[in-house]
Amino acid sequence: MKLIIAIIQPYKLDEVKEALAGVSIVGMTVTQVKGFGRQKGHTEIYRSNEYSVDFLPKVKLEVAVSDDKVEKTIATISKASKTGKIGDGKIFVQPLENALRIRTGETGEDAL
Amino acid sequence: MNKWSTSIIRILKTAIFFGMLAAAIPLSAQEAAAPAAAAPKEISIEQRVADLEAYVNNSARVDKAESKISGPGPGHNGWLMTSSALVLFMTLPGLALFYGGLVRKKNVLSVLAQCMGIAGLVTIMWWAFGFSLSFAPGSSYIGGLSLAFFNGVTGAPGTLPWVSENVFAIFQLTFAIITPALMLGAIAERIKFTSVLVFVFVWMIVIYFPFAHMVWGGGLMCGAAGAIKAIDFAGGTVVHMTSGWSALVLCLILGPRIGFGKEKMTPHSMVLCMVGTGMLWVGWYGFNAGSAGGADGIAGNAFMTTTLAAAVGGFTWAMLELIFRKHASVLGFCSGIVAGLVVVTPAAGFVDATGGVICGLAAGSIPFLFCVKLKQIFGYDDALDTFGVHGVGGTVGSILTGVLATDKVNPNISGLLDGLLVAQLEAVAITIVWSVVVTAVIAYAIKFTIGLRPTPEVERGGLDINEHGEEGYIS
Repeated sequence: MKLIIAIIQPYKLDEVKEALAGVSIVGMTVTQVKGFGRQKGHTEIYRSNEYSVDFLPKVKLEVAVSDDKVEKTIATISKASKTGKIGDGKIFVQPLENALRIRTGETGEDAL
Repeated sequence: MNKWSTSIIRILKTAIFFGMLAAAIPLSAQEAAAPAAAAPKEISIEQRVADLEAYVNNSARVDKAESKISGPGPGHNGWLMTSSALVLFMTLPGLALFYGGLVRKKNVLSVLAQCMGIAGLVTIMWWAFGFSLSFAPGSSYIGGLSLAFFNGVTGAPGTLPWVSENVFAIFQLTFAIITPALMLGAIAERIKFTSVLVFVFVWMIVIYFPFAHMVWGGGLMCGAAGAIKAIDFAGGTVVHMTSGWSALVLCLILGPRIGFGKEKMTPHSMVLCMVGTGMLWVGWYGFNAGSAGGADGIAGNAFMTTTLAAAVGGFTWAMLELIFRKHASVLGFCSGIVAGLVVVTPAAGFVDATGGVICGLAAGSIPFLFCVKLKQIFGYDDALDTFGVHGVGGTVGSILTGVLATDKVNPNISGLLDGLLVAQLEAVAITIVWSVVVTAVIAYAIKFTIGLRPTPEVERGGLDINEHGEEGYIS
């Protein structure tokens, strides 16, 4: 099993969710985060105070999948969230040791 | 009975009824005539009409013995009551939100608490002795205690000819409340709540009450009545210069916020700041037009000049930002609007429409320059630009009043126009020196006794949770 962590543009969330549903991936966790890579921030000015704001709002999407679905998941997220401009985001793949469905007690891939 | 008898009885009843009415009229006339006959002289219709005309004109009353109007004039009284509500609205919640939105989230409640604390404290002081020290007869510098505990302050007019003295007292109270509250901007985010209350308590007694007396209560600088014939329509010196210059001194003695100049200290809600600005503008109609003391043409003039100065001030500031800094910001509009209102405050009932526009232009540029460029050069932490807007703006407005005041707008000042600018400069100088010196003394006295600042841990964690035990936003 793998935990796929995708940092994407906030306005791409709905598109990615729909695309994943299209390949039968319907469970995920979403967090609002701030970050930057190569994308530059902006400057805010309040009277005499000038501040450079480096951190940009992004969305972090986490989805746990079985090993055989990893490639398809990455490709789906990538295609749906890509614009070709700096700031599109990144996808990380982490090994997932175990998972448990709390209601039923199922473990392993049956829990995903 | 037959129908003839019924008719006759009806006619008789009607005749008796009207006969009784007719008899009653001379009787009541006799009752009305009796007191007049008992008084030393009869009040003529001309005398009574003269007092009614004085009411409509908002001018001095005729002798009490010549009028049947025993109380206030409804229109003027109603306007002053409305104005009092509007000026209180400027503090709660206008200024509270304007300043509250500009501080960091962890300190928003401290601003609200300080505003409400000042409102309560100053009200109690005003009732006990503040109103008296400001408006009772006394010396050139301070009033006496004849009006302490609102003694003799009733629904009958007193200071103003057509406004209940109790309404006048509350109207002036709302000014007394907002003046110290303005200083909160310079000391935001790093002062103890108890120190604010102690400072305000002393500051009111040694600065506000004397200035209210000197400028409005018949003292040293009260127009025709004063040794210095300066004019101040609604508080350029009394309200904005005292608070603005005192704020500068206090923030220098208090010191800057921890991390000032290195860490980001952005407004946590420009939305709240703008909401507060709108409330300040609307409330300021009570502040300026109410200061006419009635609902007359001079109040109308103040109503107009206030509008022009606010709008032009905001637009000028924002356009300067657009030209020199690429963006017209919400904070620019808010600052310019408030600056315009400040600059026109001493001038509102003395200058014409063009004067109002000039006040707006000056407000959008001079305080702009100060807040945006000069403050950086001096490097002090006037967190929310109290000095930049109220200190500088009040000074500019008081001087502009000396230049732009005209008796075409306000006939009361025709005898004062000669030498007015000099008088204004004298008043400005006295205000600056008094405010700066006395505030320094009070601030150091508190600093070396109960202290001004909270501990660094309290300041870092935020005043809301540490000084007030509350959070502004719980998600």
